Amino acid sequence: MSLTEILTFILLTAGALFFLAGTVGLLRFPDVYTRLHALTKADNVGLGLVVAGLALQAESWAAAGKLLLIWVLVLLAGASVAHLVAVAARQRGIKAWKQ
Amino acid sequence: METVTLLQSAFDLVLGVALLWLVWQALASPDLFRAIVLFIASGLLMALVWVRLDAPDIALAEAAIGAGLTGALLLVALARLESGNETKISHKNDNEVEAPGVAEKRVPFRWLLVTLLLFLAVGLGYAVLSLPAQSPGLSDYVTQNIKISGVSNPVTAVLLNFRGYDTLLEMAVLLLALLGVWSLSAATEQREASPGPVLDMLSRLLVPLLILVAGYLLWAGAHAPGGAFQAGAVLGAAGVLLLLTGWRPGASFSGLPLRITLVMGLGVFIAVGIVLMLTGRRLLEYPASFAGMLILLIEAAATLSIGITLAALFLGSRPGTGANR
Repeated sequence: MSLTEILTFILLTAGALFFLAGTVGLLRFPDVYTRLHALTKADNVGLGLVVAGLALQAESWAAAGKLLLIWVLVLLAGASVAHLVAVAARQRGIKAWKQ
Repeated sequence: METVTLLQSAFDLVLGVALLWLVWQALASPDLFRAIVLFIASGLLMALVWVRLDAPDIALAEAAIGAGLTGALLLVALARLESGNETKISHKNDNEVEAPGVAEKRVPFRWLLVTLLLFLAVGLGYAVLSLPAQSPGLSDYVTQNIKISGVSNPVTAVLLNFRGYDTLLEMAVLLLALLGVWSLSAATEQREASPGPVLDMLSRLLVPLLILVAGYLLWAGAHAPGGAFQAGAVLGAAGVLLLLTGWRPGASFSGLPLRITLVMGLGVFIAVGIVLMLTGRRLLEYPASFAGMLILLIEAAATLSIGITLAALFLGSRPGTGANR
């Protein structure tokens, strides 16, 4: 196993863990705001780690660049959509969860 | 190698089961909003299934049209339903009890539906089982004749050349759908709305990129997965995003220019067919020397028309030109 393969393995596993944690958070957190928080962590960091792991295995710089572009687009869309959902929830009068 | 194939089979199994479960949930959900969200999710899984079946063209179309734009159309239809008759359709109310008379009326209808579906299932099963185990199919013919088609992507060769009239009729269907929607609702005066800073910034970044991607898909369709429908769907998505941010077509575009853009795809297709017939060929029988150019011409016009048609479907009613005021 070469060094890049080991790195890929570590990055993909870490990314998968973020997605798992994000999904558990999405299912278990008490209100829409905390669920959004969990979801965006999985989307942003988890996908970033997966993209980094796959980029190491890419055949060319162009392919790695395309992977990176996907991540940037998801960052952009994810952050904006999370904001829009949160604003809509506030406008409907959904109160933030308090212990 | 063994473990890789095993993992792939396990992934395919999970994918298939998850897709069937999502579709069932979408059908069985009493809450329409939930059903639409589940439908969009099942569309995305469906696109993954097409990828696994080595059909990237259909995967692209499914993700862009099936999951993306159909989902957006369903959501906007639901919003109209709810604003239209707020009292009749209650949303997010799973425990609502139906009036007994309504339930009784539905029972015979349900049995009729079950019988018809059973017939359909048996017929489909019989058709699948009666297929010859190894049929050569038509892919050999396509590969043999790909040289004269003008493109190197077999899917585009079939859609735009060998079976061009199918695509021609599909363009007509899309146009008819929009005409139907426009005839059902009166022209509305368009009002621009302010989107707020986040949506505004997102649209400013994404819309140019979406237009670029649409152009790329159109160009790449000649030799790789892509083509007019995928490119048109991406263009339509840019239109939907613009409409969501509150942008409305100005009065100068809403009249004749809009209508010309809408019929351009079908118009160019038919014009090419007629010109070819006038030169003594059959309908849509391209001469091999400039088949590629003709296909690109038709696809470019079709992309624009498909994109604008999908965005117009999302808008719903005919945009008013302000002339009747």
